[in-house]
Amino acid sequence: MNYKNTYVRKIIGGVLCFVAIWAVVSLLIVTGILPRSVQSLTVKICYYIILALSLDLIVGYLGDLSLGHAAFYAVGAYSGCAFAVYTNLPLLPKFILALIIGGLCAALVGYLISSAIIKLRGDYLAIVTLAFGEFIRSFVKIIPGLGGTKGLIGIPSFESRFGSFTAAYIVVGLVVLCIFNFTHSRHGRMITAIRDNAIAAESVGINIKQTKILVFALSSFMAGMAGVLFGFYKTTLSPSDFTYNLSIEVLVMVVLGGMGSIRGSIIASVIIVALPEFLRGADNYRMLIYAIALIAMMMLNASPRFIALKRKVSESFSQLRARLKR
Amino acid sequence: MSMLKAENLGITFGGLHAVEGLNLEIEKNELYGLIGPNGAGKTTVFNMLTGVYKPTTGKFYLDGEDLTGRSSIEINRKGIARTFQNIRLFGEMTVADNVKVGLTNQVRYSMLDSMLRLPKYFDGEKAAAQRSDELLAVFDLYDDRDTLASNLPYGKQRKLEIARALATSPKLLLLDEPAAGMNPNETAELMKTIRFVREKFDMTILLIEHDMKLVMGICERVTVLNFGTELASGETSAALNDPQVIKAYLGED
Repeated sequence: MNYKNTYVRKIIGGVLCFVAIWAVVSLLIVTGILPRSVQSLTVKICYYIILALSLDLIVGYLGDLSLGHAAFYAVGAYSGCAFAVYTNLPLLPKFILALIIGGLCAALVGYLISSAIIKLRGDYLAIVTLAFGEFIRSFVKIIPGLGGTKGLIGIPSFESRFGSFTAAYIVVGLVVLCIFNFTHSRHGRMITAIRDNAIAAESVGINIKQTKILVFALSSFMAGMAGVLFGFYKTTLSPSDFTYNLSIEVLVMVVLGGMGSIRGSIIASVIIVALPEFLRGADNYRMLIYAIALIAMMMLNASPRFIALKRKVSESFSQLRARLKR
Repeated sequence: MSMLKAENLGITFGGLHAVEGLNLEIEKNELYGLIGPNGAGKTTVFNMLTGVYKPTTGKFYLDGEDLTGRSSIEINRKGIARTFQNIRLFGEMTVADNVKVGLTNQVRYSMLDSMLRLPKYFDGEKAAAQRSDELLAVFDLYDDRDTLASNLPYGKQRKLEIARALATSPKLLLLDEPAAGMNPNETAELMKTIRFVREKFDMTILLIEHDMKLVMGICERVTVLNFGTELASGETSAALNDPQVIKAYLGED
């Protein structure tokens, strides 16, 4: 079997899908068929997908529960956007540099935090990350130049919805590609091995501590980039954008998407971001319906019949694909 | 020089002397048995030799190198690999991936190589696949390579654990009750496999076992432990006929 060929074939399929979705959504935005509220959703979906995928690395692949994902998101958003506010560059290079700076700062914080708490597991890790999330949120309030409780204002933005969607969408594409590559490699196997059986992983020479720190840093990097996207989209940042509610919401996406599944996380992010917006007509009952829908989806996701159905569907898809090839 | 040498190895948990004053000397390519009644401290010895526990007294050497007190990871890299009494596979991964995890430190490429799919990644994956296919073929698991490890029948899970341990290219293989829970046919097959592994990989093997048929069938020498101390050691049949050993297993008249 030739690894390169199968990989290239897979990637071409993915890229085609990627471009097709981009073309359809852009067309809908440019022609104005999508209402304004839905247009803005497209960008929101993008950064939520990145958040969900990055958290999935920790929760789904590594098997550790983190409730502080908003913290890395906040670090990335503030550092990247502060750079954008205080420098004078054309928009595109500024955006790209902000993404990199935001990602790196978040990765650094992720690295430091995870090195400190790497021995904690399960509930303990969850509580500490939760506390850490709140800590960062309070911390940005007192750093001069970040706007305090009022927030950081004057972040540049893309002029058109089309522009901001395209920029965010490209970042999503890169993140998905990197995470797919990462999880389908030697490193991905190391991580899943630690999740499945840490003692056995250590017995075959895997350095658990190092690997976990690596995953946290990588995940924070991506969350940081999502933060920059958020800042460039909203043009203001305030500490109240990064409450633990956000961490929980992202966790819901990961769990709903079936932990350790890239496709699942993406679909779940789209649904969870879009759902409240489409329920706007129901007004007072919006959050109620949203909650019920969540519960229903969770139950459905865990039911054996639905799982069997999903398998059937995916099998018929692959059969179809095989037939098409012939 | 002997492959594994343990001198006065011992560990205490609180006031309990779990293992005391153990001496072992295993030659290269030897098949050595570590036996004893339940609770004698056999698995504790394995845990010391693999760095899970740090010995409180004594030292042990692999191929002349002092490995006492090193971490599990280091010890594995130096060449001691093990299997577990209660099977510890990566259940949610395929059989082939389980072996490839064992190859983590043998076939290396960087994170950048994997994220950007640089040529090194493809070379590495190819080498890992080749090596794992070879190992799986040895254990008759080749046709199951895409099955999830947790879906394998019991006997095959035991074999897969040995394959995974061998993937780390060890000098010394520790098998913790490889025949536990196997029926006589499976045990006989396992004996064949263990012998084959020793010859094919020129492996030194230390095994813990309760199945006396297996011990007598394949071990050249044994050490018998009871309550953490050495009761007897030497040629298998001689050691097993030692009156003290018989007393420990069957009690006195």
